[in-house]
Amino acid sequence: MEILRVENLKKYFPVQKSFIEVLLSKELKFIKAVDGVSFGVKKGEILSLVGESGCGKTTVGRLITGLEEPTDGKIYFKGEDVSKLPKDRRKEIYRSIQIIFQDPYASLNPRMKIGEHITDPLLIHDIADNDTARKMAIEMLERVGLVPGEQFFNRLPYQLSGGQRQRVAIARAMVLNPEFIVADEAVSMIDVSLRAAILNLLLSFKEEYNLSMLFITHDLSVAKLVGERIAVMYLGRIVEIGDVDDVIHHPKHPYTAALLSAVPSFDKRDLKVDIRGDVSNPIDLPSGCRYNPRCPFADDKCKESEPELEGDDFHSFACWHPLDIEVE
Amino acid sequence: MMVLDIKNLSTHYHSRRGTIKAVDRVSLKIEEKEFVGIVGESGCGKSTLAFSIMRLISPPGEIVEGEILFRGRDLLKLSEEEMRRVRGKEIGMVFQDPMTSLDPLEKIGDQIIETIQMHEEVDKRSALEKAEELLESVGLPRNRVNYYPHQLSGGQRQRVMIALAIALNPTLLIADEPTTALDVIVQEKIMNILKGMTSEGRSIILITHDFSLASEKSDRIVIMYAGWIVEMGESSKLVNEPLHPYTKGLLDSVPDLWLDRKIKTMPGLPPDLVNPPRGCKFHPRCPKAMDVCKEREPTDATVNGRFVKCWLYEV
Repeated sequence: MEILRVENLKKYFPVQKSFIEVLLSKELKFIKAVDGVSFGVKKGEILSLVGESGCGKTTVGRLITGLEEPTDGKIYFKGEDVSKLPKDRRKEIYRSIQIIFQDPYASLNPRMKIGEHITDPLLIHDIADNDTARKMAIEMLERVGLVPGEQFFNRLPYQLSGGQRQRVAIARAMVLNPEFIVADEAVSMIDVSLRAAILNLLLSFKEEYNLSMLFITHDLSVAKLVGERIAVMYLGRIVEIGDVDDVIHHPKHPYTAALLSAVPSFDKRDLKVDIRGDVSNPIDLPSGCRYNPRCPFADDKCKESEPELEGDDFHSFACWHPLDIEVE
Repeated sequence: MMVLDIKNLSTHYHSRRGTIKAVDRVSLKIEEKEFVGIVGESGCGKSTLAFSIMRLISPPGEIVEGEILFRGRDLLKLSEEEMRRVRGKEIGMVFQDPMTSLDPLEKIGDQIIETIQMHEEVDKRSALEKAEELLESVGLPRNRVNYYPHQLSGGQRQRVMIALAIALNPTLLIADEPTTALDVIVQEKIMNILKGMTSEGRSIILITHDFSLASEKSDRIVIMYAGWIVEMGESSKLVNEPLHPYTKGLLDSVPDLWLDRKIKTMPGLPPDLVNPPRGCKFHPRCPKAMDVCKEREPTDATVNGRFVKCWLYEV
């Protein structure tokens, strides 16, 4: 069963005009951060969303958690169109969808005790009174490995390391007993030797509660490790999505293949797919397929019309000239 | 030929809480045309080591002992004026953040020209010509000399930094996390540029937290932990058969795209460097710790041509 589905999701950010542009009444321009994204996440499934900086992956996460209003498109949570729901029902849904941010130094309030970060959401959502909230917070702190919880409860963020802070962020998200987690680069700022512990912690929650997750990352190795399915984004669109092993071993989109060939590995594969130049300007997108200026296989068709995602649940891709390769 | 020979180098930071031994009696040799990756987590001393080589340590930091022989000359004995001529001209450095290392108010070309003219007696025309060639050598169009830093992307800016670092044709290039802020595709391009420089006779030191990246590009890998070099040896051998338990733990904890395996969690936290554990600094996290590890610092051993600092390999 699908717990989350987004249909043709769009988010355009207006670009600030300079004073002279206002005087000349130039047209308002937009950065198309997310430009027609559709996908679903099944109950108990982790979908990894990968892409380079600026591809719109973080904006997708923020749209799903209600931190941004979509310009267009629909978000269905357990079959219900979130935008059509009354306010109180939306609050309930946003309790079930929690987010873990990248930067554990910025996501905690330096003046608030560690424990208060976890009791606050409980109090806001009227789940518990002060005493119960405290008890729940201490339990959750111990569950994420901050033992003794009693002691950690009274500490301030500066007394914790980056890894420990990220555990607090996870505890804060998990204490509301969510059904869906958006993890936005949740381990990117954590030191290598501690990263595994945080990833394993997230995976243990997934097993225990049959959690569903959108795991946003720029790191394909991490995406492969945690995700059952993977979606690759480029300039606001998903160019390839499917079963993680199939996408990695049979990449169809030249961009996916170029990404795969650039990932550092202890056991690097002989995969060479060219990519030209730099990412195009998201304000003035190229016509046709937005990857065409960088694609070694692009022809006239690619410059004229934009391919749509085609295929099934197991593997779909948006490309006029899909690759037919196998990476062992 | 040996380019760099670091002997028993220690760099300390003096803080109110006590002395931090960021680099603790480190010895390291770099050969001509060699690509060496120094791998470690934040706070292991890898950047301090790089800054020490450049003699860019300022108070409360201090190089307290050791020698840094660069082509036979001890850099620590040079006057500040002599050292200034070594920086850039003989040893180049690329820093992590290209955003803060370029002057936002000056055109790319002028910044390169300024660097060249600071060290060499050339007129502006030939310096400009040189600047354009340098940009070309790092894969940027020649006309980028007329651009300001903000007009370039992060990857392009980092390429400008590399062009600047090699402008005076240094023998040794130290790259401190040069691609950490960049996406993988750009990273791969920049790494290939660096790698190509070794065939031009340069030696490269790559400082990174990314073990797989270092293993892919380097001839030799140096693993640092809490100010020590704990293991050092040929790249592929070190990865295939790690000797030090920390190296092994690090390898097992890194997710890898092509290796089908679960990752293992390394217990504990990196030590507080003001109060490091007695004996071996890694012993509280070490699955193979013995009694001796808690008491005495391991001596430096050589096993099959590989350096390792661990009691397991004591004879």
